Amino acid sequence: MTTTYRDALRQALVDAMEDDDSVILLGEEVGLYGGAYGVTKGLLDRFGETRVIDTPISEPGIVGAAIGAAMTGLRPVAEIMYVDFAGLVMDQLANQAAKSRYMFGGQIGVPMVLRTQGGTGRSAAAQHSQSLEAWMMHVPGLRLAMPGTVSDAYHLLRDALRQPDPVCFIEHKGLYTLKGEIGPEPDAPWGQPAIRRKGTDLTIATYSRMLQEVLKAAEALAPSVEVEVIDLRTLNPLEDEVLMDSVRRTGRCLIVTEAVTTGSVASEIAARVTEQCFDWLEEPPLRLGGEDIPVPVAPALEAASIPDATLIGETARWLVTREAPSWAA
Amino acid sequence: MSRANDAHIARYRTMRRIRTFEERVGELFLKGESAGSMLHLSIGEEAVVGLTDHMRDGDTFTTHHRGHGIFLARGADPARMLAEIGGRGSGYCRGKGGSMHIADRGLGHLGANAIVGGGIPHVVGAGISARNAGSDAVSVAFFGDGAMSQGILYEAKNMAALWKLPVVFCCINNQYGMGTRVDRSAGHRDFPARATAFGLNGARADGAEVEEVFEAAQDVMDGARNGRAGFLEIDAYRFHGHARMDKSPYRSPEEEEEGRQRDPLARARNRIGDDITLDRIDDEAEAEMDKAMEDAIAAAPPDHASMFEDVYAEGTPPPRPQRERLMDILGESA
Ligand SMILES: Cc1ncc(C[n+]2csc(CCOP(=O)(O)OP(=O)(O)O)c2C)c(N)n1
Ligand SMILES: [Mg+2]
Repeated sequence: MTTTYRDALRQALVDAMEDDDSVILLGEEVGLYGGAYGVTKGLLDRFGETRVIDTPISEPGIVGAAIGAAMTGLRPVAEIMYVDFAGLVMDQLANQAAKSRYMFGGQIGVPMVLRTQGGTGRSAAAQHSQSLEAWMMHVPGLRLAMPGTVSDAYHLLRDALRQPDPVCFIEHKGLYTLKGEIGPEPDAPWGQPAIRRKGTDLTIATYSRMLQEVLKAAEALAPSVEVEVIDLRTLNPLEDEVLMDSVRRTGRCLIVTEAVTTGSVASEIAARVTEQCFDWLEEPPLRLGGEDIPVPVAPALEAASIPDATLIGETARWLVTREAPSWAA
Repeated sequence: MSRANDAHIARYRTMRRIRTFEERVGELFLKGESAGSMLHLSIGEEAVVGLTDHMRDGDTFTTHHRGHGIFLARGADPARMLAEIGGRGSGYCRGKGGSMHIADRGLGHLGANAIVGGGIPHVVGAGISARNAGSDAVSVAFFGDGAMSQGILYEAKNMAALWKLPVVFCCINNQYGMGTRVDRSAGHRDFPARATAFGLNGARADGAEVEEVFEAAQDVMDGARNGRAGFLEIDAYRFHGHARMDKSPYRSPEEEEEGRQRDPLARARNRIGDDITLDRIDDEAEAEMDKAMEDAIAAAPPDHASMFEDVYAEGTPPPRPQRERLMDILGESA
């Protein structure tokens, strides 16, 4: 049955809450309003105020309360409306949630999910459009998942709610209306990438909304350039064998992110590919990401600040065939 | 005509300009000329003019995301504001910031903020600057009732009181943070009491009555100029949805009807009673804002290269555009 990314997320929450009484939601506007992007619509009516908790605008308090609830037997889903507000919650996330199990010698785990969303596309300007996954990826003890398909929206959220450790689950504001099917099983085990398209000439690794752009570019390039598309989906910890296998077969790797390029997930993946696939590579791994600037509000500039299918296609062709795009002539 | 009445009429004029401006912002959105839909109208909150009328050249301020009216009251050019809201190059921030990030250093506006509470602590630093410079400037933080739940407000209030800074915290309580009415976000709703508990001069005024706000703000602002940090809650009502897409399904039409009775413009008009003068002011505001909107719509979007400017100060090489990096790596000479 065709559904949307938004509805798939809601279904995952409903199913998890039906299966397990200890799952609770807390965050701004998650109850009465139904979520800033409509993901939690109807859940307050269905599960009541003790399990769907509208909070004041107090982000560190929300995450901190979720941590305490997780320490004492609940399985909270804390929602932070925009990933940009990570600036407010990084202490609770990085110093508290992520380190509790380790600092306390394995005694106190924090099985919680932090749901949030990021990315560009709404002219929401510099404080509401960022892709900050690298901040979370840098913290040992945090798990990081970013669904780029409807099926993953469902299955990754279900899987996130089965993890014994804190999971940052970052959705993309531009994907909520994406249509697709929820598969009967996850496309890959939790912790592993999924191959979204088979190809022989080039591996493109990506995740979240950029997956859709990469797939568009790959279709347009075929059959002259056959791209293998790898969806990284659970960015950390990442069992990367699927990706490395692919790069060893194609000999080339492009990593596409919406996040700014410097210090990005793409930088980490490029380093790993270099370390693990050096002898198989025809070219150094290449990063294609957002420009190293804050996101501007003007719609044309905003769009120009991140890669799109056209730029991805041009870069991929250039990398494989040495045929330069017109702007590089 | 009495001096008092002149001042009342002047405040009416500023409030009318704010309302008409905000109506044009709504139209800009409907015409598809705004940068996005995250536009927060301050209609119903115009009585903030009762506080801004105590501000002087040299005073500084920060605002929340619903700050158009405050900036207009402090002397903003509506055409440049609308251009910014439309993401045009001629806007106050070169089309980079938009509605939620308008600023103008020259007019003392240190920035509108889209992080709830984000701009509040900056007035503490501005207060230190004013004190150390020996000036009598005051710095005012404007924010909503939602920010009463942000921890940083309490850090800032404590510092302002501790260091006796010329700082005012102004909470425009429009009863809602998005869909959450204030009784669902605050365990104890006496906001001025939260200020006096920190050692601040705390007050509240009815936001339907601009003259009442003016009087309450007098004591708070005078106190701040003399090193007694203050807090003023303006009790108002958010007439429209949170942002342009919000139809407020979480509140009843009856409640809205009642809330809109608390209209600072209608109340001021009734009190002043001089319809001929006020009608003329209304017409002037319409004409001014029509022209501002025309100018904004006609303005060009920012040029592409400007995207890389202002990340760092002039003198530092701007971030390298990605296409240039790709040309280095993949280009002919590479
Ligand atoms: C730190 C932070 N949390 C949440 C949001 C999302 N958000 C934007 S405005 C808003 C409501 C703010 O309410 P209030 O402070 O009362 O201001 P109002 O919109 O009523 O003027 C929320 C929750 C945000 N922008 N920043
Ligand atoms: Mg409010």
